[in-house]
Amino acid sequence: MATHDSQSETIFPPPLVSGNHTFHSVTEAVCSVVEAPPSKGWIASFLVALMGLGILGISVGWLIWEGTGVWGLNQPVSWGLAIVNFVFWVGIGHAGTLISAILFLFRQKWRTSINRFAEAMTIFAVMCALVFPTIHVGRVWLLYWALPIPNQMGMWPNFKSPLLWDVFAVSTYFTVSLLFWFTGLIPDLATLRDRAKSKVAYWAYGIASLGWRGANRHWQNYEKAYLILAGLSAPLVLSVHTIVSFDFAVSVIPGWHTTIFPPYFVAGAIFSGFAMVITLAVPARKIFKLEDFITVRHIENMNKIILTTGMMVGYAYAMEFFIAWYSASEYESYTFVNRAFGPYAWAYWIMVSCNVITPQLFWSKKIRTNMTWSFILSIFVNIGMWFERFVITMSLHRDFLPSAWDYYTPTMWDFGCFIGTFGLFFTLFLLFLKFLPSIAIAEVKGVMPQADPHWEGYGHHGDHGHEAQPAHATADKGGHHG
Amino acid sequence: MAENRIWGLVARFENPATLLHAATGLRDAGYKRYEVWSPFPVHGMDNAMGLKRSVVPWIVLGGGLTGLVGALLLQWWTGAVDYPVMIGGKPYFAFEFATPVTFELSVLLSAFGAVFGMIALNKLPQPYHPLDNIAMFRRVTDDGFFISIEVRDPNFSLVRSRELLESLGGLNVTVVEEGEA
Repeated sequence: MATHDSQSETIFPPPLVSGNHTFHSVTEAVCSVVEAPPSKGWIASFLVALMGLGILGISVGWLIWEGTGVWGLNQPVSWGLAIVNFVFWVGIGHAGTLISAILFLFRQKWRTSINRFAEAMTIFAVMCALVFPTIHVGRVWLLYWALPIPNQMGMWPNFKSPLLWDVFAVSTYFTVSLLFWFTGLIPDLATLRDRAKSKVAYWAYGIASLGWRGANRHWQNYEKAYLILAGLSAPLVLSVHTIVSFDFAVSVIPGWHTTIFPPYFVAGAIFSGFAMVITLAVPARKIFKLEDFITVRHIENMNKIILTTGMMVGYAYAMEFFIAWYSASEYESYTFVNRAFGPYAWAYWIMVSCNVITPQLFWSKKIRTNMTWSFILSIFVNIGMWFERFVITMSLHRDFLPSAWDYYTPTMWDFGCFIGTFGLFFTLFLLFLKFLPSIAIAEVKGVMPQADPHWEGYGHHGDHGHEAQPAHATADKGGHHG
Repeated sequence: MAENRIWGLVARFENPATLLHAATGLRDAGYKRYEVWSPFPVHGMDNAMGLKRSVVPWIVLGGGLTGLVGALLLQWWTGAVDYPVMIGGKPYFAFEFATPVTFELSVLLSAFGAVFGMIALNKLPQPYHPLDNIAMFRRVTDDGFFISIEVRDPNFSLVRSRELLESLGGLNVTVVEEGEA
C-alpha cells in the first residue's frame, strides 16, 4: 500500500523549501527575524544566558585567583570535568562542520537551510571548548608556552606531545570554521546592508559584507573558494577529533590506550553534534516561524544520522569490552568491569541508556518526524554524550595500585565552569539569531527550482545548454526574441 | 562638476533565464567589460560569459605548501637544531610525530589562501561602486538580476549598447555615472 507513495517520493523528492516562496519572500522571511525589534522571549532568554555567562566569569575568576585546587581533582583523578567538558563541546561543534562541509561535498542540498545555524553552533561550541584547556593549566598567563613563540628561556614546545597537537588542531579548527562561516555570510550581510533602515545597521553590515554586490566574476571565485573550504574542512573535522582522542589514546592508561578511539570519538562527535542541532533547531524554527525552511524532512534526516552514529557508538562500547577481554591484560579487563559495575556504574548506565537505547526509538518514522519526540531524544543524547566523556575520564580513579585508588567528586566550581559555558554558548547564539541571518539566504535561493535558468517555468529557453558554442548561440538569438 | 562622467549602462532582467541568455548575447556581440549581477550564483553563467577558470585553487595550493614546508621546518629546527631535548627516548625529529601539526598547518594556510585569495581576486573590500547610485540596483542582493556594460569596453556605444541590452530582454536600461555617493 505504501509502495506507490514511496515510489513517487523517490522520483520527485520533497521540495527543499516548502510553502510558495519567491526569491523576495525568502529574503523577507529570513531578514525580518533580524530586523524586527527583539521579542520579549528573546530578551528573557538573553538575560538568563547572561546570568550563565556571569557564573562562568565568577567560576573562572575564582579558579584563576585561587588555583586549580578549587576543583575536585585528586591523584589519581588528575583530569576531571575540564577535559570532559572540553571534549563534550568540541564534539558538539563537529556536526556543524559535517553539515556545512561533508554534506556540501556530497551535494546534499537539503543542508542549505540548516548550515548557517549549524556553523554558528560549531564556532560557539569550540569557543566554549577552548575555555577549558585555557583555564586548566592553572597559570593562564603562561599559556603562550604552548605556542612556538621565542621566549627568554630559549625553549620550544614539545611537538611530540599529543596535547600540543591538540593546541594546533583545535585552534586551526576554530579559525577555519570561522572563515568558512564568514565566507558564507558575505552575500547575506550584503542583503541586510541593502535593506538597512538605520545608518548604524547600514554601516555595520556594509563593512562586514566587504562591499559585496553579487558580480558574477566575484561569484565565480567565491564558489571556488567555498568548495575548497568545504574540501579542507571535511578532513580537518575528522583530524580534530582524532587528535582529541590522541590526548587519551597516546597515553598508557588502561581503557584509554586503544586504537579504536579515533573513529569512535569521531562517530560520537557527529552523534552529539547532530543532537545539539536538533535541540537548537526545533525551538528556533517554531519561535522564528522558519518551518518552511527547516522542514520536517531536515529534522528527520538528522534523526536518521543520530540513529546511525548512535549505533556506531554502541558498537564501539561493545568492542571496547571485547578487546579488553581479548587483550588478556588484567588492568584493561578490570577497567571495563569497573566501569560497568564499579563506583561509577551509575554514570556508565546513564551513558548506555541515553546513547544506545533511547535513540533506537528513531526507527519509528512517527517518532523521528515528531518535533516533541525529536527534541526530548536529542536532550537524552546530549546528556548521554557528556557522560560518555565522564566515564572515559573516570577510568583514572582506579589505576594500577589499589592503594592509590580514589573517588572524584566535582566541586561547585567544577559545575560552575560547566554551567557557565552554557551561558557563554547561549549568549553568543542568541546574539547570532538576532543580528545575523540564521538561514543562508543566497544559498537557499540557489536551490529553489526557479534559480535554475532551465526551469520549465521559464518556457523555451532550452537552447542555453549550448552556451559553450558561441556561434550556435548567436544563431539562436534571433529565434528567441525575434 | 566633473562628476557626471558616464561609467556605463545597466539593465535589469526578469529572471535567471533571461539573464543567462543576455550574457551569452553580449559575449557573442564581442563585449568584454560587462558584468552580470545576481543575488546567487546562476548555474552556467561562467560559460555564458566565457570566463576563464578561477585561479583561487592555485593560491590555495601555495598556501598549503607553505604550511606543509613551514610546519616541518618549524618542528625540525626547534626540536633537533635550536634546542634539542631528549624526551622519552624519542628521536629529536621524526615524520611520525610531526604529522598532526604538519597536517593542521597545511589546512590552516590553505584556508587562508582560499578566503583571502578570493577576497583579493575580487578586489574586496570595495566600499563604493558607481552602481550604488542606481536605486533599482539595491535589489541585486534580494531578487534583482542585472547586467552592466562599462564605457571602457571598446564596443561600447550609448545607443547601440542600449539597443542590444533591450533586444536581449533588458528592462529599465539606465545610464550610470561615475561620481562619489
